[in-house]
Amino acid sequence: MFGNLSDRLSDTFKNLRGKGRLSASDIDATLRDIRRALLEADVALEVVKSFIAAIRERALGDEVSKALNPAQQVVQIVNDELTKILGRENKRIQFAKSPPTVIMLAGLQGSGKTTLAGKLAKWLKEQNQTPILVAADLQRPNAVTQLQILGEKVGVPVFAPESGNGVGDPITVAKDAIAHAKKAQFSVVIVDTAGRLGIDEEMMQQAIGIRDAVSPDEILFVVDSMLGQDAVNVAKAFKDGVGVTGVVLTKLDGDSRGGAALSVANITGAPILFSSTGEDLDSFEPFYPERMASRILDMGDVVSLIEQAQKTFDEEESKKLADKIANDEFTLQDFLEQMQQLRKMGNMKSLLGMLPGAGKMKQQLEDFDESEIARTEAIIFSMTPLERNGPKVLNGSRRMRIAKGSGTSVTEVNQLVNRFEQAAKVMKTMSKGGMPNIPGTNPVTMGGAVGGGYIGGKKSTTKKKGSKSGNPAKRAAENQGLGFSQPQESKPGSAFGLRN
Amino acid sequence: MFKFLKRLRGKDVDASSPVEENQPAAVIEVLPGSDLPSYAPAPSETETESGTEATVAQSGTRTDEKEIAKPDLVSVELPKRSLGTGIRSLFSGAMDIDGLEDILILADFGVETAEEIAAELRGEANRQGVTTDPELRLLLKDLLAKRLSRNDSALNLDDGTLPYVILVVGVNGAGKTTTIGKLARWLKDGEWEVVLGAADTYRAAAVDQLETWAKRADSPIVKPVKEGADPASVAYQTVEMAIRTQADIAIIDTAGRLQNKKDLMDELGKIRRAVEKQAKISEVLLVIDATNGQNAMSQARAFAEVAEVTGIVMTKLDGTAKGGILYSLQKELNLPIKLVGVGEQINDFAFFSPEEFAKGLVAKK
Repeated sequence: MFGNLSDRLSDTFKNLRGKGRLSASDIDATLRDIRRALLEADVALEVVKSFIAAIRERALGDEVSKALNPAQQVVQIVNDELTKILGRENKRIQFAKSPPTVIMLAGLQGSGKTTLAGKLAKWLKEQNQTPILVAADLQRPNAVTQLQILGEKVGVPVFAPESGNGVGDPITVAKDAIAHAKKAQFSVVIVDTAGRLGIDEEMMQQAIGIRDAVSPDEILFVVDSMLGQDAVNVAKAFKDGVGVTGVVLTKLDGDSRGGAALSVANITGAPILFSSTGEDLDSFEPFYPERMASRILDMGDVVSLIEQAQKTFDEEESKKLADKIANDEFTLQDFLEQMQQLRKMGNMKSLLGMLPGAGKMKQQLEDFDESEIARTEAIIFSMTPLERNGPKVLNGSRRMRIAKGSGTSVTEVNQLVNRFEQAAKVMKTMSKGGMPNIPGTNPVTMGGAVGGGYIGGKKSTTKKKGSKSGNPAKRAAENQGLGFSQPQESKPGSAFGLRN
Repeated sequence: MFKFLKRLRGKDVDASSPVEENQPAAVIEVLPGSDLPSYAPAPSETETESGTEATVAQSGTRTDEKEIAKPDLVSVELPKRSLGTGIRSLFSGAMDIDGLEDILILADFGVETAEEIAAELRGEANRQGVTTDPELRLLLKDLLAKRLSRNDSALNLDDGTLPYVILVVGVNGAGKTTTIGKLARWLKDGEWEVVLGAADTYRAAAVDQLETWAKRADSPIVKPVKEGADPASVAYQTVEMAIRTQADIAIIDTAGRLQNKKDLMDELGKIRRAVEKQAKISEVLLVIDATNGQNAMSQARAFAEVAEVTGIVMTKLDGTAKGGILYSLQKELNLPIKLVGVGEQINDFAFFSPEEFAKGLVAKK
């Protein structure tokens, strides 16, 4: 029924791709599709209008008609314009010249400010800052308690002189917090404030009061990425009310199409600094406009993936492993080690979501049960070293023993062995720079084999890139063939998969 | 406005037998037991007093404290609550029929629905020869009100299978806990006995937040023994307590979860099953933030499938969001909007009234 924005645009472009030259009516038809896709992705109407106008102007210009591949050109333009709205370069948080740097959080109720405060504190601590959290949400029942618990979890002190629940003056709290932070030499002060509606004069006045009391270096506007058309009104109200120096997008791990990001960036003119992608306190990362645009266009978020991988993977170890794979020495033991490494890397789903072309398998990714890994682990743990290093010795009675030992069934053991053999084959091909396209190697259903696919692929990433089409849509399509044998859902004639 | 069935609290009611006029906030009338299908051995055409004895005599459980005797029921009519000025008009100036589609899109009706409504209104206006601004507004109001009206928008608190269990679900930050607080207070005001269950064992201080609301609503709360405890067991204990204390209603708060997290969604199924071991679930309310756009559809679809949602609560309608998505939620997914939230205060909520909603949308500023 609904795909996400990336799916829709890639469908639109697929229709364009077949053509050598584009007529004005082709472009108009495409733009209509794009308009609709953006609207259904909750991009605000006024933003859509200006976006479409900009694209039309460029698309009808010489740029496209003279281009060798006009469709590719339109994609490029859409990508450019998306990136332009989202902010071209990635901005960083502004630290004050003389500490403490004061960061104030503001936003609607339920946008995720308090949780974000905890994540931000953790992140800052990892950047060798000494943050302190300030509980200035005295409105919502037990917001103060919530912040205190989060502070404790991330090991950051919380300044909370008032217990909240409607008692106390947030402005006084904020003022005292700054004095306290200066005296105790904290480097960053994070002020959590109550959720408020843009039209609530009194509450907006209070926010201004807090702002004036702490003179923040950053006023971060915390926005739920599921926000609809109202994003425009809300963004305007906060921009004109308390002011906004940066935006944080929350709940990006949901299946919302994230149109609010475009709207808010466009209306506030402030950079999107961070995105928040899950409930645990690590699910927080700097926002990269190009990546977001690419993600919207389904070109994948390879850069994030690699960065995250580098954090965890030991270069040398990976090389060793890649050699093993190439020489056909890859064993279940390696398979297990990889899986454990991969787990270290964090949530499997968000990891896989970064792969190019993964947009289409998002749902499958979400359905993927992480406990599957645990089961796979259990099975391998139940094997002897001999079996792990040479699965060929696994006969019926060995399999039976393993199944019993791991609390699984023989069928599951068989499945794992089959998957492993397939995966080993795939990886061997990939490590040689080939393009495996073996049905049934979908990493999701393959369970643990994902790790293998990744490592093998990593070594040859650059090589593969060179061989790929410069056309993002085509590339996405290629990538989809890259082991993710996902059935094409779109039917001709309904480029957007719209409900009819 | 809506009729509900609640437990007849024996002694109090007996003492001041015809309760009807005594309660300005809630009109109570005694019902013949025959109206209650779930009440097998109910005496027909007898008033409650004799009904009590008949029921008890037949089931013979008066002396047995552990086995709960079937309660006597009264029909209650609760005062109508108005949206007030919660809904903001779609139109800042005169109504422009050509611009209607865009205006509906801006109100989060969604592209397709907006096109459909705009086309229909245009057709209807032509047919009726309506051209003036007030006439067009009236036409649009009628069209919306008619399409939004349905007969299942009351809370399911009328089948007599006490305690009624209400499960409250939704994504993070939608306003579940606040909604429960308001609902509990309102029921309490109508002299219902409510038990709250804090099955949001995940988010920091969620239990404390509900506890604060429980105090405000003067209702007991069942809390998990520790953070991260099994929400299903909290739900189970909540129902258990409701049965033990002969409460009318158990309202269970759940942790916010994004609809695409399969494992978290599956947990809702587990909570459901835990509750159903002891009681029927009367109502699964999905709380949706009115500022959300089209993603609300995805939320509703997923929650309806997993948690068997029976009604929707639209929160934060007091902001600038128009909540147009509720139209598609009702029409496309066939889920009734039951309640709306219009502020942070304990009384800031109302039953959803299509007429009021439509009126608010077309109102002249």
